Amino acid sequence: MVIPAPAQFADLTARFPEVLKPDTRPGYAGWILDQAALLEFASALRDEFGYDYLSSVTAVDYLAENKMEVVYHVYKTTGGSGVVFKIQVPRSDPIEVPSLVSIYPGAELQEREAWDLFGIKFTGHPDLRRIFMWEGFAGHPMRKDWHEPYFEEEAKPLKSRWPDGKIVMAESKNLYGDNISYPEGFSPGNQTFDPEKALYEALRNYQKDEIGLDTDHIIVNMGPQHPSTHGVFRVAVVLDGEKIVNLKPVMGYLHRNHEKIGERNTFIMNMPYTDRLDYLSSMSNNFGYALAVEKLMNVKPTERAEYIRVMMAEMTRIANHLMAIGALLNDLGAYFTPMLYALEERELLLDIFEAVAGSRMMCNYFRFGGVARDLPEGTLQMIKGLFFERLPRKIDEIDRFLSENEIIRSRGIGQGVLSAEDAIKYSAAGPLLRASGIPYDVRRAEPYSIYDRFEFDVVVRTNGDIYDRLMVRFDEIRQSIRIVQQAVKQLPDGPVMALKPMYQVRVPPGEAYGRVEGPKGELGFYVISNGKPTPWRYHVRAPSFINLTAFGPICIGQKIADVVAVLGSIDIVLGEVDR
Amino acid sequence: MSDMYGKGILKGLSVSLKRFIETYLDDLSWWGKRYHTDAGIAHRGSKDARGIFTVQYPEEKIPTPEEFRFVPFLVYDEGPNGEKALRCTSCGICTKVCPPQCIWIVRATDPATGRPIPDPAKFHIDADICMNCGLCAEFCPFDAIKMDHDYELASFHRNVFDETRLSKPASYYASIRPANAAREDAARAAKAASRMVQSE
Repeated sequence: MVIPAPAQFADLTARFPEVLKPDTRPGYAGWILDQAALLEFASALRDEFGYDYLSSVTAVDYLAENKMEVVYHVYKTTGGSGVVFKIQVPRSDPIEVPSLVSIYPGAELQEREAWDLFGIKFTGHPDLRRIFMWEGFAGHPMRKDWHEPYFEEEAKPLKSRWPDGKIVMAESKNLYGDNISYPEGFSPGNQTFDPEKALYEALRNYQKDEIGLDTDHIIVNMGPQHPSTHGVFRVAVVLDGEKIVNLKPVMGYLHRNHEKIGERNTFIMNMPYTDRLDYLSSMSNNFGYALAVEKLMNVKPTERAEYIRVMMAEMTRIANHLMAIGALLNDLGAYFTPMLYALEERELLLDIFEAVAGSRMMCNYFRFGGVARDLPEGTLQMIKGLFFERLPRKIDEIDRFLSENEIIRSRGIGQGVLSAEDAIKYSAAGPLLRASGIPYDVRRAEPYSIYDRFEFDVVVRTNGDIYDRLMVRFDEIRQSIRIVQQAVKQLPDGPVMALKPMYQVRVPPGEAYGRVEGPKGELGFYVISNGKPTPWRYHVRAPSFINLTAFGPICIGQKIADVVAVLGSIDIVLGEVDR
Repeated sequence: MSDMYGKGILKGLSVSLKRFIETYLDDLSWWGKRYHTDAGIAHRGSKDARGIFTVQYPEEKIPTPEEFRFVPFLVYDEGPNGEKALRCTSCGICTKVCPPQCIWIVRATDPATGRPIPDPAKFHIDADICMNCGLCAEFCPFDAIKMDHDYELASFHRNVFDETRLSKPASYYASIRPANAAREDAARAAKAASRMVQSE
């Protein structure tokens, strides 16, 4: 049951009259909370008010006001709108904020990210290490006064490009041709400290089994180049024989500080960059970002654009799930035959993206107020042919091919279980959450765009094991086919852009959190504008990244061979994990 | 699973077997025209494709759809005597919208007066940095920069393209994007006509 918003907010202020103040800055919403009351407030929010799902934790650097802000977005898994609350702290080191991991364990990786990129110390965090940058990195890159090597200007467009743009290649600016700067007194040649020390210390910190024989535990590193890690991802595990006793994901090998780039870019420039987050489902990424900026601009896309958007987003979901199914089967040892069966159908979907958006994977199709162009001639026929004649049949074929296979069943059923409570606790999203029995889907929980007009079921399975995650993806593909079929039938005529196309949009000051149900889970974009052509803050709530919070807890107690299968069933893309 | 162990595997294998047979049946039904023909390539990439799906690149190539975009090029109009007039006015909008900032323009100046003239003196695109997003082509008010269809750019060196390498005739543009070119030409003609009326 969803409590109407005004009543619940009244309750909140009545419960915390002293410490909770509404955020009154123009364009902002939510609450500003006194730091001392954070833990008490959060546990009341979770236990008394039912906001059990911590969606996003991030920080904002207000350089001019000399303060840092930590922003929390909390939702209910039963649906409805959420609560945004903020902690403001003075911007002088050490910046300390209590950690929420004890109340919302889903904050673990996100707080580590905020520490790494903003230098906010979360006191009480069990394992506060850098996450994307390496130990020994100089500074915290998301701070506004931190400048990268090759730094030219605070914001694009750069003045060196026009009207007197004499080309200089970036690599020629640095003697070594790389883009790394080192802390003072640090030389890469005579490095004296071990950057891995913190990781191995954290790994040794686990519950020891006191019963039975005393055996030596060994540390094994999988990756960063292991073929089953879906990219440059590393898993450090502590083994007791074959059994996993502790596991830490190690990431950041593909880190390019997407958010910093985003804060140098103008609003429209970020659109193609979002494609590169989860590069298997770029249309969804476009969708989330467009929603966030449209909220700030207070623009509504045209009818036809809304339908095209939904169609594209659902096709992306199908393409992504096909890839996920294929990759999981690769990880289970069914080497490449199922993968190629799945890729075949994905290929036909990508053909449609190519015809519509101009690129198979880097679509860059959404614009603020609509989409870049109308469907070119003939593409609607392609979509109809695919969705009414081919895909339903082919999905059934892949299902028949795989889901009764004894090997898949024995490796999947009862393995890598994530319970419903844990799934919520660790802020798991998407198929990972729904396979654990929580019917939470942003398309239904807080409908965006025109999802309230379509008939579809929120797919849910109850066992929370690897097999259920696989089956959830099959079911979701079928639901997406249903949505596209309805959208094709209802597609209205008309323009696809609500605004005149502009190369620099005017975005009024304020904050917005646009979230969509991406193929991998809740994808959120937290954008703050201060009225300038570039966003002041651009944060991505990346589902692949946050789903990894549950990776360790799922794997502990499993066999080493199952790590691969569990990782495959979570379905990560490193472009989004590392950003 | 309880009735017979291995039944699921056999069921899966029957799917593979069906696919294997279908490939040959499809080959037969095309009488050897399934490969190296335009119709054959189009069929293999369509919803009706059965069996094997692959296209033998580089002997066979999938046709690029009109909206396909790759590294941009500059459009020039050809005069009656073969002179080339770049449409670019060096207004700089493409450099301002380019997300990775890979476009570099030196605006030309009149040598007599020193005033800027609407022509690029130098125009560089760092094709290795270009992310093929197509924003430059989308926002160019003069239809002067357009996205190409030529995707075979592999080389042994850094791809920095200057204005000579980037220039391609309007007829080429019309050949790769007929619908877009026709629409834009009509819009430009209408605009020119209205300007004529106004000036009279």
